[in-house]
Amino acid sequence: MSLLEVKNLSVSVDGKPILHDIDLNIGEGETHVLMGPNGAGKSTLGYTLMGNPRYTLTDGTITFGGQKLNDLSTDKRARAGIFLSFQNPIEVPGVSLSGFVRNALHEQTGQPVKLFSYQKKLRAAMELLSMDPAYADRDLNVGFSGGEKKKAEILQMLLLQPKLAILDETDSGLDVDAVRTVSQGVQAYQESKNGALLVITHATRILESLHVDTVHIIVKGRIVETGDASLIEEINERGFERFVPAE
Amino acid sequence: MAETKQQVTDIDRSLYDFKDDESGDGFYRIEEGLTPDIVQQVSEEKHDPDWMRAFRMRCLELYNKTDMVPWGPSIEGLDMDRIATYVRHKSEMKTDWEDVPEEIKNTFERLGIPQAERESLAGVGAQYDSELVYHNVREEVAAAGVVYTDLESALRGEYAEMIREHFMHLVPPTDHKFAALHGAVWSGGSFVYVPKGVRVDIPLQSYFRLNARGAGQFEHTLIIVDEGADLHFIEGCSAPKYNVANLHAGCVELYVARGARLRYSTIENWSKNMYNLNTKRAIVEEDGVMEWVSGSFGSAVSYLYPTTILKGARSRMEYTGITFSGEGQNLDTGAKVVMQGEDTSCVISSKSISKSGGIGTYRSSVIIGRTAHRARASVSCDSLMLDSDSRADTIPAMEVLTDDADVGHEARIGRISDEAIFYLMSRGISEADARAMIVSGFADSVSKELPLEYAVEMNNLIKLEMENS
Repeated sequence: MSLLEVKNLSVSVDGKPILHDIDLNIGEGETHVLMGPNGAGKSTLGYTLMGNPRYTLTDGTITFGGQKLNDLSTDKRARAGIFLSFQNPIEVPGVSLSGFVRNALHEQTGQPVKLFSYQKKLRAAMELLSMDPAYADRDLNVGFSGGEKKKAEILQMLLLQPKLAILDETDSGLDVDAVRTVSQGVQAYQESKNGALLVITHATRILESLHVDTVHIIVKGRIVETGDASLIEEINERGFERFVPAE
Repeated sequence: MAETKQQVTDIDRSLYDFKDDESGDGFYRIEEGLTPDIVQQVSEEKHDPDWMRAFRMRCLELYNKTDMVPWGPSIEGLDMDRIATYVRHKSEMKTDWEDVPEEIKNTFERLGIPQAERESLAGVGAQYDSELVYHNVREEVAAAGVVYTDLESALRGEYAEMIREHFMHLVPPTDHKFAALHGAVWSGGSFVYVPKGVRVDIPLQSYFRLNARGAGQFEHTLIIVDEGADLHFIEGCSAPKYNVANLHAGCVELYVARGARLRYSTIENWSKNMYNLNTKRAIVEEDGVMEWVSGSFGSAVSYLYPTTILKGARSRMEYTGITFSGEGQNLDTGAKVVMQGEDTSCVISSKSISKSGGIGTYRSSVIIGRTAHRARASVSCDSLMLDSDSRADTIPAMEVLTDDADVGHEARIGRISDEAIFYLMSRGISEADARAMIVSGFADSVSKELPLEYAVEMNNLIKLEMENS
């Protein structure tokens, strides 16, 4: 049985249909890539899986670890083991990065989080991501550069250890070095916890150093092709031309 | 964050709302309403010097012929004929906690006052209804010449002349109707004098508890920080809720001498039927520094604008305040600065949160006078509305009479964004906790300015307010 099973999923936003008949199965530890041109509905799928109340399921089911998610609130999905790395992480003044993640860990595990071992893990993860340790005490995402925000997302993923991480355009707006650093973080997540991934991207740089099992191409709210990692190379060379119907 | 949360969830809702029975013989309560006889009675009760008695009578006359200000929230619910201006326990003020009457001691024990004193304060005053019931100062602080006492005994003692020279000179009874009322029936409060060059390292604290039903509290706080001296004074206020309106018309006068610094912190949590018409004012001489930290949570209606007169050259003031208006509350708060000296500067930073139909109004006034060359003023106000029933207004006024002033102002009014809630929830935090986290974060710049136990109390109050959704 797959970790995530999406069957026949249709989604609308403010009454406007965006996703149609999506089927997606992700097994434990598998890495799936969702590619497609701008406006194809990639981020919508990510938000829908995470349970953003703006997105209405008009048809289909989402099952995670055998549990039906359709009516489950976002926080409960997170506690079940789903993580979303945001394309545009939100700034939260007055809440420190370190304190926030510790609080989230406490919520997810229901156990008190011991300060010393937590700080040790936090420092190690920040080092892996080449983050200045001073960011731990700064307000969450406030005044962070685009690259720092993305690193902070991956940092949260490493510490919260979800079963499935959805990375929404994590590589967008990053320079070459930052993409490499972030990839290292993602690799660490894959290896250490056998974590599954759904990587949403319209570029391919972040995929270079990752082992990819399956690639899905989404166009106009429909998955039009599913294949192995060789699809990435094709997109790299010829773009989405073949999958976009002529107007 | 995790530890703070632990403390936050431990709070006892009944913390502020418990009442004590005051119908027994232990309490002396003056007739309700306001007449010359009543003012005379208060004066006799307090063994006023002659000048004070005359002053009270003059204030009563002023009160009767002064109109209420034509702006601000309505105070129609306040019926002066039903307010008892003076209630006291029939025992003398104590300096040993063990001697304080049991029922009063319990009240303050529940509010954590003696514990705070043991842990982190240089001195404590506790006022119950109209009179101080307890006053104590650490030996080493007293030995440095610092005076911290109740105002009544100071009026008759060694500092009588100093008090006469300062009492209601900064806030004259002609200022407004409730300043006049205060002058007529004031009772209780503290007198602090910090001699030249003395730095008091740990804060002094006054706690005001209005326990009597349908009563008024009119305490007067007079603080003089002499040249080069340094003081942090904290006041805390609370009251249980009755179905009859209570009134608080206190007065705070602060004198900051040359090169001195005074920090005045307040956490106010009056009951939700209190009319809080309080007047606070400071005057600052050359190179002096006045810092206000203010958290307003309680009362039905508040009019509160701590005022600073920056008289001396290079004098400075900072105001950091937060106001939380919940259901049925109309809190009109802010700050006022009058800049007179050259090179004076002020920074006003105000936050307001409104929720469940509460109305929060930020009102400020910065006046840069003709003599205040090169004055610098910076004002920022942030308002956060937690739902669409609530209201936030900002009314900042500035009057600049020089041509070399450096003035900045920014105002932001916003709501909690759904995106922010979703973001926090995506990390496993419940919706209620996500909201509370955003609100506490919003208030963080104020709680950082408070001593730890007060910051915790403020977080508790925010959490309590959030839970009442």
